[in-house]
Order: sequence, then structure tokens, then C-alpha cells
Amino acid sequence: MTGARWAAIVLLAAVFLIALAANLFAPAPYAKQFRQDVNHSPTQAYPLGTDELGRDRLSRLLYGMRISLLLAPAAALLSTVLAAIVGGAGAYIGGVWERAIKVVIDLFLSLPWLFLLLTVRALLPLDIPAVTSVLVTFALLGALGWAASARIVAATVRDLRNAEFVLQARASGCPPLRLLLRHMLPNVKPILIAQFWISVPLFILTEANLGMLGLGVTEPLPSWGNLLRELENYGALSHRPWLWAPLISLLVVVSLFQFILSGEEYVS
Amino acid sequence: MLLKAIGRQLIAILLTALIGGLLGATLVRFAPGFGVQESDLNAQLSAETRQALHQQDASERNVPSYYAHYLTQLARGDLGYSRSLNRPVLELLRDRVPETLYSLAIGVGGGWLLGLALALPATWKRSPAYSTAASLITGVFLCIPSAVLALLFLVVGSPGRIAIALVVFPKVFRFSRNLLIKTYAMPHVLTAKARGLSSLRILGWHVFPNIAAPMLALAGVTVSLALGAAIPVEVVCDYPGLGQLAWRAALARDVPVLVNLTLIIALVTVAANSFSDLLTPTATRDVL
Repeated sequence: MTGARWAAIVLLAAVFLIALAANLFAPAPYAKQFRQDVNHSPTQAYPLGTDELGRDRLSRLLYGMRISLLLAPAAALLSTVLAAIVGGAGAYIGGVWERAIKVVIDLFLSLPWLFLLLTVRALLPLDIPAVTSVLVTFALLGALGWAASARIVAATVRDLRNAEFVLQARASGCPPLRLLLRHMLPNVKPILIAQFWISVPLFILTEANLGMLGLGVTEPLPSWGNLLRELENYGALSHRPWLWAPLISLLVVVSLFQFILSGEEYVS
Repeated sequence: MLLKAIGRQLIAILLTALIGGLLGATLVRFAPGFGVQESDLNAQLSAETRQALHQQDASERNVPSYYAHYLTQLARGDLGYSRSLNRPVLELLRDRVPETLYSLAIGVGGGWLLGLALALPATWKRSPAYSTAASLITGVFLCIPSAVLALLFLVVGSPGRIAIALVVFPKVFRFSRNLLIKTYAMPHVLTAKARGLSSLRILGWHVFPNIAAPMLALAGVTVSLALGAAIPVEVVCDYPGLGQLAWRAALARDVPVLVNLTLIIALVTVAANSFSDLLTPTATRDVL
């Protein structure tokens, strides 16, 4: 691993820790409204100014980052586990199951998943509480975003199934569960880890898109998606440059994720 | 062999329609507001009349019979009625398809042009500085949500559709650059170079035939990618296409529109992928 990648890991860890300790670094609670200071410019008290409801922007950014940086990895973990179970099991069992699972994976892959997310999100009640909306948004991302990873896992397991060391283990009477856990899983692990890391920035970006469409995390909870909605007031961007802060922070975090992944892993 | 492959792909398309239809029918059946009729609010109707009207629709409350009804309607080309826009779904789709096709043409065409225009010099020059700069440019566009990209184009007064091309091009660049580097290192290409053939001739006669199949598979993927990006772009830029329709339907909880839209898009992309699958080796599809 190069020095630059280590530096990216350290930076990302620092951002993660700052976001995790948002309640320590944030000047105010994310929902607190300073009604006397609505749309305030940056000052010592409000480093990034306040929004149209008088809420401190820096606090909202820090709490929003915490939500995205905690829940995107959780959604990525869910999608990776689903990919391992569906793709791995299908390829390991083989035959009709493998073909059936391949059809399901192809079906999921053929759907632009933002359409699918919109459809499923639309089925939720209108008066959904903010905390539930966060959990549901990221759970949906995890539950619907496993297909691309599953295809890669299935291809790897298919190759491993016919590898000499697996055939030898099978011939020497190794039980299926032991074969799976002791011989195949360690070989699939790097693929699963790569898929996990690929999914995290992807889910952060998808939540941002959903949030900008008003279908992500609901107010008053902040997230990168709903913070970016302030950019829609693009007439004000030139004389209020601090409105770019959520976009710049998103760009930095996703770039760091991307930098950590090696080129080949990212392309896969 | 080819006939068998075509048959397999047709079965995949049919399965998509059947499974997608079942999921769609189930979603519509359990969506909030299902079974609520305008007649319920009509004070002129007696309770008995309202009950009789409800009994007429009782068959629709059972999912299998509702699914059969849904499939029959689908086969007749009746995609249902939009509650929020007060128009038949088919009419809405017919009005909005050209707008989205136009966005897709610009997005996919522009993305491929840009991706290949960056990938070819990266392969020919093999300059680390150029490669790093190209990777950085593509990397930046991979980090920006498509909705923000569209917004940035609005800020500078350019057409927002270009944002779709900028979502597609990093994928095209990265995949084609890796593929081209591998192909240009193949013995027959090295021999052609040693014999002094021109770059264009090497590309057209010796490289392109080798990369055509995986590139075709990538084409299917980029269409799907562009369709996904079309939703936020059409919403932000106010283009009256299918993406904007999906968003409006999602906000209005207009499930029949969303379900039919998703089903049709799934069928189109499955058909496109099936076509490219027929011409692509399995190993290529697994890395896309």
C-alpha cells in the first residue's frame, strides 16, 4: 500500500472520528433554531452561518456526516452479506439454483435502482418519523444494492468450486460446511471486503441524490442529501460561498474512499 | 447453439415480465389508498349502492386474481390510470418518452465520446502524468451526485443533460482504458506496430474486433446507468421526461405509475442486456 493511500486512510479516519463526536464539535444541537439569526453569515458563533430556519449549518453538517458515515457502512455491510449469501450459495450449489439466482441477479441489475428505490420509498406512509426515515432509507439501499456484488461473488465462487484444492478437500471427505468456511470463504474474503468498500461511497452518493429529490432522510434530521438542497438556491451561491460546504465535504469524503480503493478493485 | 441462447434470453425477458408484473400487482394491491373509490365520497349514493360497487371490485382484493386481471390489462396495453395526474399511464408515457430518449442519447453518446476520447490517448501515450490527470478528472465526477452535477450546469447556464454524460463517462473511461491497455499488449497488435501500420489501422483492424464484444456489454450497462441518472437530472432541470414522472409519482404515492414505469424500464434494459449477452462471453459480463 502506498504512502498516499495510508494518508487517505488516516484522513478518512479523522473525518469519521470528528463526525462520530459531532456532539462534542458542533456549536449547537442540529435542530436548535436561533430565530433572531435567520440566514446569518458566518461568525465565530456560527462558523458556517445559519439556514433559513436559524439552525447552525456547521452543526447540521457534522451531524449529517455522522448519519451518512455510520449508516452507509451499515447498509454496505447488509448488501455485502446479502451478496455473499445469494451469489455465493447459488454458485456453490450450482445447477438449477445457480441459474435461478443468476436470473434474479440479472433482474436486479437490469433495473436502474433509483427507480426501484423511488417505488419502494413511495409505499411508505407520508408521516414517517425522521429517525425511521433514516433507517428505512439506508436499509433500502442495503437491501436493493446487493446485485452487482453478488454477480462478482458468484463468479469467484464458481471458479473456486472447480479449483484443485477444493476438489482435493472434497475428495478427502471434507464436510460441505467446513469446505465453505475453511477453504472457500478465506478466498472470497478479499472480494467481499472490496465490494464493501465500493458500496460505501456509492450509498452515500445515492442517499445524497435521494435527499436532493426530497425522498431521503426527512427533516429535521440532517443528511448530506437534504443539506445539498440548499444549493438549489443557486442565485445566492456567488455571494454566499459557505453554502458549498456540504458539497465540498461530500467530495472530499467520497474521494478519500475512492483513493483507498485500488484502481482495479474500483473498476470491478 | 445460437437458437438455444436466443430462447434462453427470451425466457429471461418473459420471466422479467411475469415476476415484475407479480411484484407490481402486489405493490399496487397493498399500496395505501387501494380500493378507495370516488363513489365513497358521493353523498347522493346510498350505503347499499356503495356496498354493491365495492362488491363489484371484491375480486381485485385477492392478489392472484388481481394479478391475473393486471396481466390481462397489461397484455391489452392498458397500463392503468394515474391518480395524481388524472390521465392514463400509457398516455403519460407516450408524452414523456421522447424527452427521456433525447436525454439518454446525449448522456450515453456524450459519455462514450468523452470516455473514449480520454481512454485512447491514455493507451497510446502511456504517460503517467496524462493517466493520473485523466483518472483524477474521472474520479471527481464519480464523487458528485448527478443531481448536483445537473444543478452546476444550471448555475453556469448550460444544458443539464450533459450531467448524464458526465455520470456515464467515468465508467466508459476506466473500463475501456483497461481493456485497450490489455489489447494493445497482445502479440498480434505488437506485430502490427512493428510492421509500421498506422495507429488508425491498428485500432480499426486489430484492436476493435477484440474489444467489440465487451464494449457492447458495457453499452447495456451505460444505458441503465444513464436511466438512473436521468431521474435527478430531469427533476432538477425540469425536463418533462420519465425520470420527472417517476419522481412526481413517488411524491404523490402514485403507485400504478411507478410500478408500470419500473416494469417497462426493466423490460427495456433486460432486452438490451439480452441482446448484448448474446454477443458477449460470460467472463466479460462478470466484471462489468
